Amino acid sequence: MAEREPSRPRLPAWRGYWSGWLGAGIVALAALCALLAPRLAPHDPYAQDLAARLAPPAWSPHGSVEHLLGTDHVGRDYLSRIIYGARVSLATSALAVLVSGTIGIAAGLAMGYRGGLADRVLTFLTNLTLTFPFMLLTITVIALMGSGFVNMVVVLGVTGWPIYARIVRAEVLTLREREFVLAEIGLGGSTARILAAHILPNLANLVIVLVSVEAARMIVVESFLSYLGLGVPPPAPSWGSMLSEAQLYVFTKGWMATLPGLAIVVTVLGVNLAGDALRDFLDPQMKTLAA
Amino acid sequence: MRTYVFARLVDTALTCLAISFVVFAFLHLAGDPAKVLLPPEASNQAVAELRSSLGLDDPFLRQYGRFLGRAILGDFGDSFIIRDKALGIVLERAPATIELAVAGLLLGLVLSVPMGILSAYRPRTWLDHAASGISVVGQAVPTFWLGIMLILVFAVSYRLVPVSGRAGWRSLVLPAVCLGVYIAPVMMRLVRSGMLGVLTQDYIRAARAKGISAASLLWKHAFKNVSIPLVTMIGLQFGRLLAGTVVIETVFAWPGVGFLTVKAVRTLDYPVVQAAVVVVGAAIALVNLATDVIVALLDPRVRYG
Repeated sequence: MAEREPSRPRLPAWRGYWSGWLGAGIVALAALCALLAPRLAPHDPYAQDLAARLAPPAWSPHGSVEHLLGTDHVGRDYLSRIIYGARVSLATSALAVLVSGTIGIAAGLAMGYRGGLADRVLTFLTNLTLTFPFMLLTITVIALMGSGFVNMVVVLGVTGWPIYARIVRAEVLTLREREFVLAEIGLGGSTARILAAHILPNLANLVIVLVSVEAARMIVVESFLSYLGLGVPPPAPSWGSMLSEAQLYVFTKGWMATLPGLAIVVTVLGVNLAGDALRDFLDPQMKTLAA
Repeated sequence: MRTYVFARLVDTALTCLAISFVVFAFLHLAGDPAKVLLPPEASNQAVAELRSSLGLDDPFLRQYGRFLGRAILGDFGDSFIIRDKALGIVLERAPATIELAVAGLLLGLVLSVPMGILSAYRPRTWLDHAASGISVVGQAVPTFWLGIMLILVFAVSYRLVPVSGRAGWRSLVLPAVCLGVYIAPVMMRLVRSGMLGVLTQDYIRAARAKGISAASLLWKHAFKNVSIPLVTMIGLQFGRLLAGTVVIETVFAWPGVGFLTVKAVRTLDYPVVQAAVVVVGAAIALVNLATDVIVALLDPRVRYG
């Protein structure tokens, strides 16, 4: 029987994947805000205007079009700060996922493919992370090292890898026994070649799904660290730090706490929806498992 | 059964040991307690003297050994801020955290179990779609923001409950709801997928053919089989639950271990931070142990498998 040319992967149709496309649209919008913040923001996010402090959003009775989403406690434009906030959020999430993903995938490959002592030690370590109070440790380490963008990314990256390691390891364990890998071993292929040409490409789908889950989680963790004052130092705008400033005015200016939170919810929802659709599209098996 | 429990006990002890090591190593790398204890204008000589009197010049492993030896006896040193035993300060706050965690867990179960059962009983209906929609949105809402929003609506606008603190059951309502909403989506998914699997089995069809009521079918015959993975899941979720209490305690100024730790971190109160992280980690490890034992009692396949 002649082997059929494998069909080229096609973009999923709107029907059946509308939520995924919606999510992708939201993520694209957030990325656009982050990249083009200086062009999109109507005001300088650092410019204070004490005369116009705590101005309400445009739709409330005393609002003005000048500040569409109002101003904060020192009169900085809220919309501009929310747009700039996307930068911290997305950059932290992307870099933390890059760091933790790289470490985790490397560890997972080593554990799954090599086995032996490395596997046992790493398995114990990754199981340990299930019982580890990471939230407390993350807060502690950042507080001691000093808050800031780099420290936050390093800590989130270094503590986030075990989930990748666990899942990649399990997948490699089964891939390692598949015919195409055994054939390559029989042909005398080097370990590097087997990993690069056979194992890694087969992990791609799984990794994409993991990355989307972790990216969403990192956005939430970043906002909480910023809320605690352990993220990027003020006056840099971030959604989490805006929330902690807004909580002081929760009695009189409820919208202040509402808006940055909505930015977080919508972004995380976008990443989750896009990730779920990607999972269903790339890996129908996982869809049946999740259903 | 005995060997199984013994093996899990050894695991738990190793886990606690590893947690103490990681905490100690991180704090050791991250900063110098001598500089925290002395005023910033202290001379280098004063810092050096304090370091040697605290034993901070010793090799790392010797320092860790000393820390571990004392920690096993329950001595994490005195708090730098309040002149009192660090472990005592942490344990004093534990009841507040346990109260919050239990209330949150119960609310999470009350929200997730009926929703999971119903959406599995009527899959692909509006009810199922609504339930999964709620869980997708619920997972995207950061807990601390949900807390602030609940405060805004129920404590500020309607004045039904206090804004923060811990005084009577009314102050527990909002933090517990927050925690419940935080853990419910994952449990709902598990209940739904478990029920979907069970409901297609032959014994369910037989029970249906006997003509028993839907309630009895779902609860007595189907849900019982889903409860085992649910117990495992609750155990595994306990770590997340406690991480959630850290966040929620901070938002609501709930005087538990999490709130205490965040405060201790800000004031660089090393002994309290170390005690808190080890206590929380040990609590999670013990709950996982208890879960495994309960599951083994419920399910003979685990015991002998």
